[in-house]
Formats: sequence, structure tokens, C-alpha cells
Amino acid sequence: MGKILDSRFGKKIIFLLLTFVIVQILISTNIINDYLQATLATICINIILAVSLNLITGFTGQFSLGHAGFMAIGAYVAAIMTIKIPTFTSFILGTFLGAIAAAIVGFLVGLPTLRLRGDYLAIATLGMAEIIRVIFLNLEVTNGAAGLSGIPRFVNWPWLFVFTTGIVLLINNFLKSSHGRACIAIREDEIAAEAMGINTTKYKVLAFVIGAFSAGIAGALYASYFYFIKPNLFGFLKSIDILVIVVLGGLGSISGSILAAILLALVSTYFQSFPEIRMVLYGLILIIIMIFRPQGLLGSKEISLSTFNKLGKFFVFERGRK
Amino acid sequence: MKQLLQQIINGISLGSIYALIALGYTMVYGIIKLINFAHGDVYMIGAYVGYFCMTKLKLGFLPSLFVAMIICTVLGVAIEKIAYKPLRNTTRIAALITAIGVSLLLEYGTMFFVTANVRTYPPMTGILTRTFQIGDVIISMQQILILIITVILMILLQFIVKKTKIGKAMRAVSLDRDAAELMGINVDTTISFTFAIGSALAGAAGILVGMYYNSINPLMGILPGLKAFVAAVLGGIGIIPGAMIGGYLIGIIEVFVSGYGYSLYRDAVVFAILILILIIKPAGLLGRNTGEKV
Amino acid sequence: MNIKKYSIIFALIFVVLIFASCSQTTSKNNDVIKIGVNYELSGDVATYGQSSVEGIELAVEQINKAGGINGKQIVLIKYDNKSEPSEATTLASKLMTKDKVVAVLGPATSGAFKATIPVAIQNKIPVISGSATADDVTVDKNGVKEYAFRICFNDSYQGTAMAKFALNHLSKKKAVIIMDSSSDYSKGLAENFAKTFQEGGGTIVAREAYVKNDTDFNAILTSIKNKDFDVIFIPGYYNEAGLIIKQARGQGINVPILGADGFDSPVLLELAGANALNNVYFSNHYSSLDKSPVVVQFIKDFKAKYNKEPDAFNALGYDLAKFVANAISRAEKIDGESVKKALESTTDFKGVTGTFSIDKNHNPVKDIIVIELKNGVQHSAIKVSR
Repeated sequence: MGKILDSRFGKKIIFLLLTFVIVQILISTNIINDYLQATLATICINIILAVSLNLITGFTGQFSLGHAGFMAIGAYVAAIMTIKIPTFTSFILGTFLGAIAAAIVGFLVGLPTLRLRGDYLAIATLGMAEIIRVIFLNLEVTNGAAGLSGIPRFVNWPWLFVFTTGIVLLINNFLKSSHGRACIAIREDEIAAEAMGINTTKYKVLAFVIGAFSAGIAGALYASYFYFIKPNLFGFLKSIDILVIVVLGGLGSISGSILAAILLALVSTYFQSFPEIRMVLYGLILIIIMIFRPQGLLGSKEISLSTFNKLGKFFVFERGRK
Repeated sequence: MKQLLQQIINGISLGSIYALIALGYTMVYGIIKLINFAHGDVYMIGAYVGYFCMTKLKLGFLPSLFVAMIICTVLGVAIEKIAYKPLRNTTRIAALITAIGVSLLLEYGTMFFVTANVRTYPPMTGILTRTFQIGDVIISMQQILILIITVILMILLQFIVKKTKIGKAMRAVSLDRDAAELMGINVDTTISFTFAIGSALAGAAGILVGMYYNSINPLMGILPGLKAFVAAVLGGIGIIPGAMIGGYLIGIIEVFVSGYGYSLYRDAVVFAILILILIIKPAGLLGRNTGEKV
Repeated sequence: MNIKKYSIIFALIFVVLIFASCSQTTSKNNDVIKIGVNYELSGDVATYGQSSVEGIELAVEQINKAGGINGKQIVLIKYDNKSEPSEATTLASKLMTKDKVVAVLGPATSGAFKATIPVAIQNKIPVISGSATADDVTVDKNGVKEYAFRICFNDSYQGTAMAKFALNHLSKKKAVIIMDSSSDYSKGLAENFAKTFQEGGGTIVAREAYVKNDTDFNAILTSIKNKDFDVIFIPGYYNEAGLIIKQARGQGINVPILGADGFDSPVLLELAGANALNNVYFSNHYSSLDKSPVVVQFIKDFKAKYNKEPDAFNALGYDLAKFVANAISRAEKIDGESVKKALESTTDFKGVTGTFSIDKNHNPVKDIIVIELKNGVQHSAIKVSR
């Protein structure tokens, strides 16, 4: 934290508070109605998922196709907790337990599979997510394929805001630290990084664990906000959804992931009645971006307050933006 | 015992399909080190082409098979030229993401045109409806046909790869692309040819599945595609006989898992095999344990 | 660069589509009654949603032609929930808060329907499904869900009826159950079938399970083939059931096969083939063999509009719209709470799927029909009353 200048830190806080208060006012005056609030929740959850996957894939260079699996763990743990004991304390506890469970699974799976590289790792993580899904499909406590319904809703805008900014700041600060630099070094050249004395396995697993933890939290928020979860919501396509956000925003750009999450949520709302077109569009986005701009829209650039200061503006975007 | 035999027959029919798809995966991976995610969808397209040949054009089974293989060949080559070729010199992750994109495009593009509804192949007629009873074991003509066509295609493939000039070129490019180029081999043509053969086999698998199960849908390629990939890894990716063995093994394992009451864990078992193989012997059953894969 | 050109063309197409899709007009007229339609028009179970909506649209067209409800025309506001429960929740809340409807029809499947109930209770707008058959849809251990209704019988009733049918009508005592473990519909049916069947002196010889979109059932069938059983119960949907029946007959298993309303689709015949569909029985909401005037008229009207035979989802959708319109016409005021009260007090509603009243659990009290298939066509329909 000491690395961040006081004044910039202060501006950050003011900006975040402003975002929060403005949205809160819009909600209480019902300009953002229930329907828009659901979109808002989707955006927040997708931001957490995308930023955490970006940590694994964009910054550390480990291609994971199993992010939905970690999300599922968080969602199920939190859902079961709040159904059993529908109190707010139990929701918060469930969310963290879910995230920790996801992190533990991330660790257990990560340790052996992270020896694999590139596409092998992708397939292994995909397989892992499928196994998690099949297990939830067959457990008694998860109510199998029918899923859990009637999950009490404890998540509202203030909590979405707290969790989203919390996770984004956490990952952002992690990347700013020496650990983060180590992760980026691994992405750039694993062998060189190892030669420089970086314990590559440790950092790869660390990125994996933090990513899984965050995805777990996103899952818990999802379960609590949408009342209902089932194993098929966390299939291969969900992992792809998240990947599309990361790729579009830029492999290695936190603000890119945030912008892409917002953009794609809006696109998805437009294509409400044409889900095939939405998926065709996703396919095209992946191909076109990879061919013409493999690093994603923003690449590894970040949009921050100072970017705008240079342009002579003093508000609008922020790296830690919601 | 008779149950065991019957299950093995079931497993071989299923395994033939996986083997045909796995061959395409393994050849493409062998030559450009790319997991062609869209391969399962080429198989799906093959099934749809067969469907339209049989219902709209009223073609027989063999002509439909032929048409499906040709159209899939064209599709496979087109995918390679448009989506993969521009990325040949970028990272493997970029190529893999493109492959996922192509896969989504094919799946949902198909869904857009033919809707998500299940289509059914017309009922088979004549000799194709026969079943044979040997002891207590029942074999249908369709199962025999699947096996025969698969074996013929595999022999043909072995012949092409081992005995022809282009086959030699394929092996050379997969061993060392730069050296092959220096030796005067046209790498682009060779890669396209590999895609062509792999896609044709997938197309054949698609129409065989359509005939055997008579139910097809736009997302039918995802799971068999992934399982065929597991089969390819199991046998040793890049090795043609390995893909065949892997395909049959996965088919038989699947059938035994569901035959003995664990049908719900069938997919999980296949993926668990994948992860185990990747950790214990990443080179696969037939692969040599060298660093060449990395 | 050709690709560049293409991408520009694609981008243009999408921009056009975006504008096309968001130019929906919402009527501000107060002389109409707005009813929400929240159905699975795409995705996994799109056929159920599409069929239901066809029935609903036919019914509303007829009501509006006949002068509407107490002089007010019905306006349907239709959204596609893509067969996703979370989408269904979002759309229910959009219909209730943004479009201000007085009632929401659908979704068709239990999972998605259940996901909309908390929203309904929160906004005090009733949601009514024509085909959500899971037992806990309208009532669970916490009591009746105030704003949720349905007009179809539930799974326990259907499972029980088929077990009784197997025992009493077919005189079978040894059953194999092959269920779809990825659907609670199938699980509920299997459970209730097994319970009643065993209470009636039968035994369940084996239980096998599959998941949605499976195509190869030979392994399961081979493993049950050598067991001693005289009837198979397949509580699943037609996509897989058709293939199971085909493969079972192919392996020489010729015992009677029982199913439930998930069998009701022409696709069953296409998948299984006419030869395999003998000795097959399934329970349903309605049969086109029914000769009562309401049904005959419905079939005639439906054929005139859509040029095809109506299936059970068409009939349920049709009844659903008429049923809700009937309640609105009796409501004191046009708001969610009054409509809910009117729905609760429905008695002897004469629908295509039978004449029914709503009980205290918000379920209809109605007959079940068991249809026998011979060579793939409906051969006889037996009414089994409660």
C-alpha cells in the first residue's frame, strides 16, 4: 500500500465512494429498476470472474478453461449454508467458506496439473471443471441436476460493490507487489523466470489459488442474488463466457476486463431474444481479436485516473472502478 | 460372459466413432501442435450434411457418406486457411482461443440455421435393419457397418501416411517443420492436406453416428470431440495407431462404466483418465517419454 | 485483406440486428390488460416453450376477437428466458416492474418456474405455469407459495397413476426404471412410481440412470437384459426415451414400456421408429383421440391457425391463457392481488385438458389420461380419474 501515493489513493477512494453513492441514489429513486439491477449484478459478478481469470491466464500465462468449476464450488457452499441457516451471518460465512473451499480445490488441482503447459493445462482444467460439475450433479446435498432453489437473497448493491471492489483491489495490489511481478515474469518466459530464482510452481499455484478464491466469491454472490443454481449453469460454456471477457478486454489488463464485462453484459441484454447470435458473436470476437489483436482490446494497458488527468478530465474511469 | 461380450461389442461401436474423430485431432496436433477444438463440430456438420443428403436429396447411405466427407474436407481446409493460418507463428494460447472461437461459431451458426431441435435420420431400410444373433449376443448390421467403414478408412489412412509422397511430407513436417521446409516440402499444402484428411474422417464419423443413433443436434460435437481428444492423448498424441487404440479403449471403458451401474459418472471417469494420463505419462500409451512434446 | 472486409460486414450486420432487437414498443394504453409471457423460446427445452406459446397466442387471439376481458383487450408481452432459470428470474422481474403486467404465464419447466416465484411474491403478481409438474412448485415444507399456480397435475400424481396402471391394468409385478438423473421431473416420477409399485406388491428389479443428451443406452440395456422383469418405466423426455425404446427393441427387449407426459412429441416416433413403438403406454394431459366438443373445437382451431396437430403443450398453453383470462374477468380490480384471489377461487373451469378446480395448494384437481401407442400412433386413451 505504501507504494501508492497518498493523493492518488485519496482520489481513488473519493471516486469509488462517488460511484457507489450515485448508483445507490439511482436505485432508491427506482431509475435503476429490478431488471437493471439484475444486469448490474451480472456485471459485478462477471467483473470478479474476469479479473480473477485474468490473473491466472492474462498475467501468469496459465491457460485455464475451468474457471466455472471454482465458481460452482463457491455457489454451492454459500447456497447450502444460507438455505440451512437463512441469516446474514451465515451468508457471509458461507461466502468465505465457499471461496476457501474453491481455493483448496484450486490448490489440490493446481499443484499436479500446473506442471503441464499451455494447451495441456487448458484441457486438464477443463476436465477438472467437468468432474466438479458431475460430482455436484450426483450429490444428495446439492439436489442433483435439479439444483437448489429458494436460496435467500442477501446480496444487494452495497454488498456487490464491496465484494467487487474488494476483489479487484486485492488482485490489483497483488499484481503491483513483487509476487505479481514474478507472475508476469513467468508469463513472459518461464525458463528465464526460473533461472532468475523465481519459484515458478509456487507463483503459478498462488495465482491459481487466488483466482479460485475470487471465483468462489463470485459464485456465492451469484447464488444469493439469483435465488437458484444448478450444475449445468457452471459448465464448459460458462468458462468460455468468462474467457471471452478476458480476451476481449485484454490478456493482462484489469481495467480491460472490467470494461469488457460491462460491454458484454450490455451486448447480451441486446441479444436477449437471439441467444444463438450472441454465441456466434462471441465466436467471432474470439477469432477476430486473436487474428488482428491477439493481446485484446486494451492489451496489457490500463486505464486509470491519471490517463484521464492527462486528458484534462477529473472523473469517469478508474482502475478500481466497480 | 455373454453380457461381457455384448458390452464389448457395444464398446467397439462407440469406440469406432471416437477413434475416427481422434485421428483428426491427433494428426492436426502432430503437425501444428494445435488442439483443434472445432474438430468435434466438423463431425457435427458431417452428421447434418448426411441428414440433408438423406432427407432432402433422398440419397442412399454410401453417396451421403461420400458427400458428407467431401463437404467436411472443404470445411476443414477453409477453417485452417481462414482462422488458423494467420496465427501459425503466434502463441499456442492464441491459436487455442481461436479454435474455441471457430467451435462456437460452427455450433451456434448451425443452431441459427437449423434451430436447436433434435433432428432424426430417416429410418434405415433393407439390409441395414438386420440384426444377427450369435449365441446370446446380438450384433446389428449397423454396428458391423460402423466397424467395417472405420477399419477401411484407417487402413486407407495408414496407406496414405506410410506409402505416399504426401504422407511422407506430413511425417516430415510433424517432425520438424523448418527442416521439412528447407528440404523443399510445401508446408502450407501439407498442413492443409492434414486438415482435409482429418475433417473427412470426422465427417464420416458424423454420418455413422447419425445412422446409428439417429438423433443429431448442433451441440452434439462438444462432448464426443472432447472425449476423442482424451482418446488421442491416451494413445499418445500425434501417433496415428495411438489414436485408434485410445478411441477403442475410451469407448469400451465408457460402456463398462455405464454397464455396471455408474453411468452418471461416465464423463467424469473419462476426464479423470485424461488428468491421470497427463500427470503420469503425458506422452500417452504409445508415446516415448521424451521432451519433444513440450 | 478479405478477412477485414468480412469482419466489417459482420459488424454492420450486428449493428443492424442490435437496432432491430431493441425497437420493441411498449403500449402505454390503459384500456388493455397486460399479461407477461416468460417462456423457453430457445435453449434446451425450447420446444416446450414454443409449443406453450402457440397455445397461449391462439387462446388470446380468440379472447380478443370475442371482445376481450370485460371489454379490455389482452396484450401479451413475450420474452425468451433461453431455458435458463436465472434469465427467467430477471425477466419475471422485468415484466412485473417495468412492463407492469397483472400476471405472468410460464416458464414451462419446473426449475425455471420456481426461480420466478420469489420475484412474484415480492411484487405481489401471480405467476402461473401450464406445465411445471414438480411437486414442490406450488407448495413446500414452508406452506403454499402464495403467488404461484399451475394447471397441470404434479409428478407424484403421474408417477402413482402409472404404477397403478402397470399393476392393475397390465398386471405386471417386476419393473425396471430407467431415469434421467439430470431432471427433477424424472427423479420425482421415478420415486413415486417405485413407492406405489412396491406398495401394490410389485418389485423394482433395477434402477438405471442416464443424463440428458445421452445417445448410447446399449450398455445399460445390456446389463438389465438378463434380469427378470416384465415392464420398463422410463420417466424421461422424448429425446432420450425415443432412443432408449429403439435400442431396447433392437436388443430384443419386448416388454411393455411405460412413460409420462415427457413422451408426448412427434419426435418420439421419428427417433424410435414405428416398429419399436408397440406396447408403449404413457400418461398425458390430453389426447387428440378425445371426442368431447371442447377438444374437437380446439383441434380444429389449432389446425386452422398453425396447420398441424396440437400436442399436450399446445393444449396446456391454450388452457393456461383461458384460465388466467377467466380469473381476470372475475377479479374485483385489475391488479396482482385481486387476480390471485380470483385464481384461487376457480371452480369447474372447462379446459381442453379436462375440467378442473384449484385446490388449497394451488394445484388443479383433474383426470389423467393414459395413451397406448401401436405402430407409433395413438391407439387408445384411457381416463384415470383421481
